[in-house]
Amino acid sequence: MARVSVTVDGTRYVDEVEPRTLLVHYLRDQIGKVGTVVGCDTGNCGACTVLMSGPDHVARSVKSCSVLAIQADGCAVTTVEGLADSDGTLHPVQRAFHEQHALQCGFCTPGMIMATVDLLRENPHPTEAEIREGISGNLCRCTGYQNIVRAVQQAANGGAAPSAAHSAPVESASAESASVESAARPVAHSPAVTS
Amino acid sequence: MTATIAQPEVGRARLRKEDARLVTGRTRWTENITLPGMLHLAILRSPYAHARITSVNTAPALDRPNVIAAFSGADVAETQGVLACAWPVTEDMVAPTYTPLAVTEVRHVGEPVAVVVARDRASAVDALEAIEVDYEPLPVVLGLEEALAEGSPLVHSDKGTNKCYTWIFDSAEAGTGGNAVQAEADAEVVIKRRYVQQRLIPSSMEPRSVIVDPSGGEWTMYSATQIPHIVRFLLSATTGTPEHKIRVIAPDVGGGFGGKIGVTPEEWIAFTAANRVGRPVKYTESRAESMVSAHHGRDVIQDITLSARRDGTLTGVSVKLIANMGAYLGVVGPGVPLLGAFMYNAIYKVPAYRFECTGVFTNTTKTDAYRGAGRPEATYAIERAMDELAAELGLDPVEIRRRNWITHEEFPFTTVCGLVYDSGNYEAATEKALSLLGYDDLRAEQAARRASNDPVQLGIGVSTYTEMCGLAPSRILGALRYGAGGWESATIRVLATGKVEVITGTTPHGQGHVTAWSQIVADQLGVPFDDISVLYGDTRVANKGMDTYGSRSLAVGGIALVNACEKVRDKAKVVAAHMLECSADDLEFTDGAFRVRGNPEAAKTLADVALAVFTAHNLPDGIEPQLDSEATFDPSTFSFPHGTHLCATEVDTETGQVKIRRYVCVDDVGKVINPLIVEGQVHGGVAQGIAQALFEDAVYDESGNLITGSFAEYLLPSAADLPTLEADRTETPATTHPLGAKGVGEAGTIAATPAVVNAIVDALRPRGVHDVMMPCTPERVWRAAQDGSGRGSS
Amino acid sequence: MAGGPGWFWKGFVMIPVAFDYVRPSTVEDAVAAVAAGGDEAKILAGGQSLLPVLRLRLAAPALLVDLGGVGSLRGARFDSGALVIGAMTTHAEVASSALVRAEAPLVATAAAHVGDRQVRHLGTLGGSLAHADPAGDLPAVAVALDADMVLAGPSGRRTVAARDFFTDIFTTALGPAEVLVEVRFPRMSGWTGGYEKFHRTLQAWALVGVAAAVRKENGSIAEARVAFTNMGPTPVRASSVEAALVGAADLGAVKAAAAHAGEGTSPPTDISGSAEYRRHLAGVLTARAVASAAGF
Repeated sequence: MARVSVTVDGTRYVDEVEPRTLLVHYLRDQIGKVGTVVGCDTGNCGACTVLMSGPDHVARSVKSCSVLAIQADGCAVTTVEGLADSDGTLHPVQRAFHEQHALQCGFCTPGMIMATVDLLRENPHPTEAEIREGISGNLCRCTGYQNIVRAVQQAANGGAAPSAAHSAPVESASAESASVESAARPVAHSPAVTS
Repeated sequence: MTATIAQPEVGRARLRKEDARLVTGRTRWTENITLPGMLHLAILRSPYAHARITSVNTAPALDRPNVIAAFSGADVAETQGVLACAWPVTEDMVAPTYTPLAVTEVRHVGEPVAVVVARDRASAVDALEAIEVDYEPLPVVLGLEEALAEGSPLVHSDKGTNKCYTWIFDSAEAGTGGNAVQAEADAEVVIKRRYVQQRLIPSSMEPRSVIVDPSGGEWTMYSATQIPHIVRFLLSATTGTPEHKIRVIAPDVGGGFGGKIGVTPEEWIAFTAANRVGRPVKYTESRAESMVSAHHGRDVIQDITLSARRDGTLTGVSVKLIANMGAYLGVVGPGVPLLGAFMYNAIYKVPAYRFECTGVFTNTTKTDAYRGAGRPEATYAIERAMDELAAELGLDPVEIRRRNWITHEEFPFTTVCGLVYDSGNYEAATEKALSLLGYDDLRAEQAARRASNDPVQLGIGVSTYTEMCGLAPSRILGALRYGAGGWESATIRVLATGKVEVITGTTPHGQGHVTAWSQIVADQLGVPFDDISVLYGDTRVANKGMDTYGSRSLAVGGIALVNACEKVRDKAKVVAAHMLECSADDLEFTDGAFRVRGNPEAAKTLADVALAVFTAHNLPDGIEPQLDSEATFDPSTFSFPHGTHLCATEVDTETGQVKIRRYVCVDDVGKVINPLIVEGQVHGGVAQGIAQALFEDAVYDESGNLITGSFAEYLLPSAADLPTLEADRTETPATTHPLGAKGVGEAGTIAATPAVVNAIVDALRPRGVHDVMMPCTPERVWRAAQDGSGRGSS
Repeated sequence: MAGGPGWFWKGFVMIPVAFDYVRPSTVEDAVAAVAAGGDEAKILAGGQSLLPVLRLRLAAPALLVDLGGVGSLRGARFDSGALVIGAMTTHAEVASSALVRAEAPLVATAAAHVGDRQVRHLGTLGGSLAHADPAGDLPAVAVALDADMVLAGPSGRRTVAARDFFTDIFTTALGPAEVLVEVRFPRMSGWTGGYEKFHRTLQAWALVGVAAAVRKENGSIAEARVAFTNMGPTPVRASSVEAALVGAADLGAVKAAAAHAGEGTSPPTDISGSAEYRRHLAGVLTARAVASAAGF
């Protein structure tokens, strides 16, 4: 067993893990972050995507099925469960996925949202082609990606829906109008961590 | 009195109620569930496509740390039950015994052989390596025609044949049309083509997962399934466990596309294992296991013959299929081709029709329903062949369809199969699609590229389709020998505060029923959208249901829902009249409330009535103090959505690369409950249809190993591999549905595949190309472009 | 015919075989750890190829030596006229490095073609090269640009030319206790280049990749470097194409030179495409890559 110290969604955890434990299994089985899921064995589907801080303390998207938990020692990890504010206000990317009907079964959604947050960190105003390339490490079987692309566009536009000639006009599920804020805002938790 | 609801909910683009948990990770996938004392199961699978099991020794696994139990098929032969096929399509269909764990013989790679139950997943997996199995390899048969040939190795030697069944429909014999053989003999033009539907893997993003809790003489099964009700029934029937002691829960289910309508070895093995150890047992498949063990789809050879006059008028269609069942029969596997049998005549006025399908066993993973199930195959064959007929006669692909389709004045129309198409407007959908695409401009560009011998050629693919949705009238299912009915159920519970709980027998796994059903009930009962909950997927809550597949949930379940609401209104009306001191006959239900005719201010909402019923202080005599209701609906016919899909592809003749430049679809799914959800269903369906045309292919090597056993080889398209989808609609309400709805889940998949392949062939037709095999890989397209031989190879 | 057991049958399980793990912080310690582990040791760089292999139990090392803690292996710098990129520099870092983009744009371009964003955030240049996957994008670039591999072992460092480094499929000149520490790309001012990757989907392995760089004088090609991905067990340097390109001044001449692309190659036939098709593609893609690099 090896000791790992990792900050996940703002909380610091110190655990003993088998070296072979994948980060995604550590997140799910040891600390109960079951929002992050496993869709394949080969690093193709991206459903397990989380943000992990690198040596430069910048949080970047990684596939947590292709990282050992022990490799995350000393790192900060953000999962889909750490995106929304503590008062429940959705992250602009989460809100855009909801408002653009960018999910159906929702299984790919955590990874797709995290990949989007990462894409917009580096490229706040991507073209459609850049969006499609930027989320190509994440597979979705339900949506045909059309509404996911729209959601990324909305998040990039600071919450405004993209113009789309063939898109149905949308009505909010509840009456309040959510405040518009930039998707480029940093995730809730500081990536810097000391171990 | 609460505010009335002015705007109908049905038709609004409501955002989904389902999303709140899904976008925040607060999900309940089966794999997320942990029960007290739960153990983990791992399955040892056959590395051989066909072998006799001469011995299995599980004892060494028991010496490994954390291992609670290990056993083989032979150890549980008496108790593990069997996996039933619910659709014996003919009286003499060959139905081999299908056990969850193989006992004496394995017949495809990945078939379960033995299991380990351990404290944790890693220990279970590690201990699999200690199990000793001796196999005696047997001859393997993989090809469909090879399997039917004299002297072929047999998948089931005790059956003496690899043929499962032959099923025939002939319109002359059925009295629904003419003689297709005669039509061919008399035809001025005959088009004969062979098309191959490659094997596909449904590939929902959530792998299958199951937990069985055997506590206290009752069994609770959590399963990532589309069909909890059918699983419960068959688990009871095949293991002898009393049905009332079994509860099956489908929690959040991450997609299905037909791939989760099985009754699976893994569910039955988990049940057996849980019983052996007396504790809850969980099994979640790896993707690799999913690829070899969860059922596959399609895999059909189609020979289609069109008979026509020189003016393009069809005079007959005949079809001969060979369908790959795999090594065993899936729960509805043999019936899948039958779901397409009545669709080869499509939207056309076909006077004579013959259909013959032979099911065949091979040493491969079993096949069963995959999105569209039979109907994509039918639509592909007829739409490809119609293009061939157009080319033969020098007609535009749109024109050949115009000359044959049922015009909107001709509905209701009885087809050559005896089905009554209630409504449709193929002209309107096609005109809208042509205009959206700018068809004539693209034809002009195509001509220019041909004239300049541009290395990048342009092709335009046309696909018109209809499908039979809303599975299904129980009487018809019975006539087709299906083992269950096709009804659906709904329950309404009215709470004291006027909030409403809806219980549906459908089992959504991404389709948005919670939202759509709320919209329907809101209008029916005058209850605000946000005041409605929809419960499903737990046989203890939704005790009756036929689940979700075949675009049936709204088309059938939606009517049950409307009927249940009507019963609530009928009950409530009596109470409202009592409260308003008038006769029930003086009340009408408008603007979300019971109102006195001529005096709309005198009104009671359902909430008013609900509270009165709850207190029960002053109810009319003989009225029970509750408003709840239940309805079960069995349809008398199918519904028939339709549409026109157009695809413009650029084909690089130097590399064979295909780029979809435009994809335009106009679907008519009848009255739309939620346009957002409908559009999403179309997008996803089209993506899967495009993927069949271009990317996906389950390939076996000569030994029967699946060489596309992961997403690294089985190519699902990413966002970068798919075009922008331009989806629009026309709306011709169903006349057979109180809401006018028809169903949408499979439409895109059905239409898209032929649209894409027609476009590729259209681009290359001047080079003598008349077909490219699916998937249209760059090499196949390149070869077709080079030698004009058409089919491509490799 | 009778079936044989599939190679992947253990791969149904998805959890690696248990192993020990060390994370040295210096190259010397890493070399020592690998030497001590012997045949049972494997080096973990970014893990984007290795971890799926371990999960499928295609390999079962007893020890993983993680280079992630060796900070000196990250980053790019100039040294003696060469662009030196540390082995643990990630693809994302290579692709976005101003230094690499300026001095070896072909390396940056090819790095941007590896995998997807997530893979590029962890996958490393050294890991990709040492993995020596015939379908990997970077080996061909290293061979095209005459890169030098710097290897550290128990008896010190040595340099191996890229064309000698790749010895067979998934096999390199790395000795049993050696670690690839950096890659030196000779400075090539005045060159332009490109990487043409042909695949069925963006996630799929390259059917064929072409790395091409040219230097022009007076409007015609004076020097050319061309190498192929997935046209044999190791990257293939297309020497006859390079020779034929000298003097080419228009698209027609480039196409004529590219017709030699199949020479000396031994591409595989698999479900993605036949050897014959790959040879054909190599020619078409070579012409396109060179024409684009040369501005024809």
